[in-house]
Amino acid sequence: MVFYSKMPNLNFEIIFNSMANKKPGITTEKECNGINESRRDFLKQSSLLTGLAITPAAVLKAAEEKWDEEFASSLEKMPLKLEINGVNHDLSVEPRTTLLDLLREQLALTGTKKGCDYGQCGACTVHVNGKRVLSCLSLAVMQQGKKITTIEGLADGEKLHPMQQAFIKHDGFQCGYCTPGQIMSAVACIREGHANSEAEIREFMSGNICRCGAYPNIVDAIMEVKEGGQQV
Amino acid sequence: MKQFQYVRAANQKAAISALTKNASAQFIAGGTNLIDLMKRGITSPDTIIDINNLPIKAIEAYAGGIRIGALALNSEVSENKLVIQKHPLLAQALNAGASAQLRNMATVGGNMMQRTRCPYFYDTALPCNKRQPGTGCSALEGFNRMHAIFGHSDTCIAVHPSDMCVALVALDATALVTGHKGNRRIAFADFHRLPGDTPQKDNNIERGELITGVEIPDNSFTKNVHYLKIRDRASYAFALVSVAAALNQEGNTIKDARLAMGGVAHKPWRLHEAEKALIGKKVSEESFRNAAEIAMKGAKGFKYNSFKLKMAPNAIVEALKTAAGMA
Ligand SMILES: Cc1cc2nc3c(=O)[nH]c(=O)nc-3n(C[C@H](O)[C@H](O)[C@H](O)COP(=O)(O)OP(=O)(O)OC[C@H]3O[C@@H](n4cnc5c(N)ncnc54)[C@H](O)[C@@H]3O)c2cc1C
Ligand code: FES
Ligand code: FES
Repeated sequence: MVFYSKMPNLNFEIIFNSMANKKPGITTEKECNGINESRRDFLKQSSLLTGLAITPAAVLKAAEEKWDEEFASSLEKMPLKLEINGVNHDLSVEPRTTLLDLLREQLALTGTKKGCDYGQCGACTVHVNGKRVLSCLSLAVMQQGKKITTIEGLADGEKLHPMQQAFIKHDGFQCGYCTPGQIMSAVACIREGHANSEAEIREFMSGNICRCGAYPNIVDAIMEVKEGGQQV
Repeated sequence: MKQFQYVRAANQKAAISALTKNASAQFIAGGTNLIDLMKRGITSPDTIIDINNLPIKAIEAYAGGIRIGALALNSEVSENKLVIQKHPLLAQALNAGASAQLRNMATVGGNMMQRTRCPYFYDTALPCNKRQPGTGCSALEGFNRMHAIFGHSDTCIAVHPSDMCVALVALDATALVTGHKGNRRIAFADFHRLPGDTPQKDNNIERGELITGVEIPDNSFTKNVHYLKIRDRASYAFALVSVAAALNQEGNTIKDARLAMGGVAHKPWRLHEAEKALIGKKVSEESFRNAAEIAMKGAKGFKYNSFKLKMAPNAIVEALKTAAGMA
C-alpha cells in the first residue's frame, strides 16, 4: 500500500498516497491539545467525536485491525531528502506536512515560529536554496533535494551572525516571537540588494509583522549591518 | 487539511491528462494560494499535481515582445532586466503585491489563477455563490468594503485580488494555454470573467488546461508609467483600489495611453474609453480628471464601499500625474 513507484504508462510518478487522517509525531499545535497523544487514543477520540461518516476509511480500518503505531504511520508517509543547516536528512513525511511543521514537530527545530500559519505574518520565514520563503505555505514534499536554512543555521558555531548581533545591539525585539523570521528576512533583504535606504528596507521587510512594534529598531539593525559592509 | 495524493508531473502532457482524468485534482505551483485554501477547507482536492518540474519558467525576448513562463516566480519577473527595461509597469505592479517572501514563491500562472479574497468566500460557515453555487452572496448585504464597483451581478460582488494582472491587462498581454485539444492564446482582457450568474468561474480557462506563459508585445510605455496601489496599510495588503497608468508623451501631448484598475471588479478592469479620451490631449491635470470621469461611468457602489466611487477617480488622476512626472 505504500507506493513510490514510476507508473510505466503514465508520465508522472505517483509519489505517495496519503491514507489516514492523522499521524503521531507530526501533530500541529492547532489541531491537537496533547502532543504525546498516541495514535490509538486519537483514533478512539476521533471516531467518538467526529462520527463514522467523516472518518476516512483507512483510519477506521487501522483502528479495527489494531495496526500498531509504527505500521499505521508508515502507510501515510513518503521519503524526503533535505539538507537543513548543512546537515543531510533522510526523512519520511506525510504530503500534508508543511515545511514549518516538519521543522518544528519532527525535527525539533523550534526556532522557526508559527504565527498565523496562513502566509500573513512572516514568523515562519526560512531560506530555501538561498531564497527567503514562508515555510507555513510550503509543503515539505515539494522541497525534495533542497537546501534549507533556519535561524538555527545562521550562527557560526558560538559566533552569532552579524544580523543577530545587530538585533541585540539595537533592541530589535520585545517579546521576540517574530524575531527569527525578521532576522532570516533581514539577511535575505541585504543579500537581495534591497536594503539601500530606510524606505526600501521598510518596503522589503513588510512581510514580517511585529506586534510589539519593534520596527524602528529592526530597521536600524539592518541599516547598520548593511552599512558595516560585512559579509552576510 | 484533508488528505490528498501528491504527484509530480514529468511533462506537460502528463500534467494535463492527470488533471483531465480526475475532477478533484488540482495543479500546484508556488502553493501560496492553494495551500491557504486547503488549510481552510475552502478547496479539498484529492490529488495535487506538482507542476514545478515543467520547463515553463523562462523569461525571454522574441521578435516583437517578451514571453514569460507560467512558472517564473513573481520576484524573478519583477527583478528581470528585460522586464524592467521594456515593461517597468509590470515590475512595479509585482513589487506592490504580497511580500518579498511570497513573491519568491508565487508564480505567474498561480497569480493569474488566484481566488478572490472576499471574506465570505473564505468563511465556510456562510453562503457564497463562488464557493458553493446557488447558496447566495453574503457580501451583497454584508460587509462589502473591499468589493466591486464595476461589472458586478446579483450573484457576486467579489473582486480579483491580483496586482500583476492589472499591469498585464493594461499592457495588452496574451495568455498562453495548452490542453488536450492543443494550444490556445487568450487575450488577457478575456482571460478573467465577470461574475454574471456563474461566479464560481473566475476565468475562461477550461478544465484540464495548463497556463504555459504570457506574452507582452513591445510598446512605447517604457518611461512614463506608474502603478498606484491604495490599501489599508503602506505595504503587504490587498488593494482597495489600484491603477496601472502608462503614457506615451511627445512634448506636452499624449500620443497614447493605457489605463487599468484593480480592486474594483471581478477581473482586472481595463479603461478603454478613458484611454481614448487621453489621446491627443495635453499632459495636464485637466485631461487626467476628464479621463477619470469617463472611467467611472457605470460604477455602482454598495453600503460600505461607496468611498471607492470617489477614491477611484482620484487614484486615476494621481497615477497619471505620477506617470507623467507631474507629481
Ligand atoms: C498574505 C498574502 C498576501 C498577498 N497579497 C497579495 C497582493 O497584495 N497582491 C497580489 O496580487 N497577490 C497577493 N497575494 C496572492 C499571491 O500573489 C498568490 O497567492 C500567488 O500569486 C499564487 O501563485 P502560486 O504560484 O503560489 O499559486 P498556487 O497556490 O500554486 O496555485 C493557485 C491556483 O492556480 C492554479 N495554477 C497554478 N499554476 C497554474 C498553471 N500554470 N496553469 C493552470 N493553473 C495553475 C492552481 O491549480 C491553483 O488553483 C497574497 C497572498 C498571501 C498569502
Ligand atoms: S506563520 Fe507563516 S506567515 Fe505567519
Ligand atoms: S518582538 Fe514581539 S512580535 Fe516582534
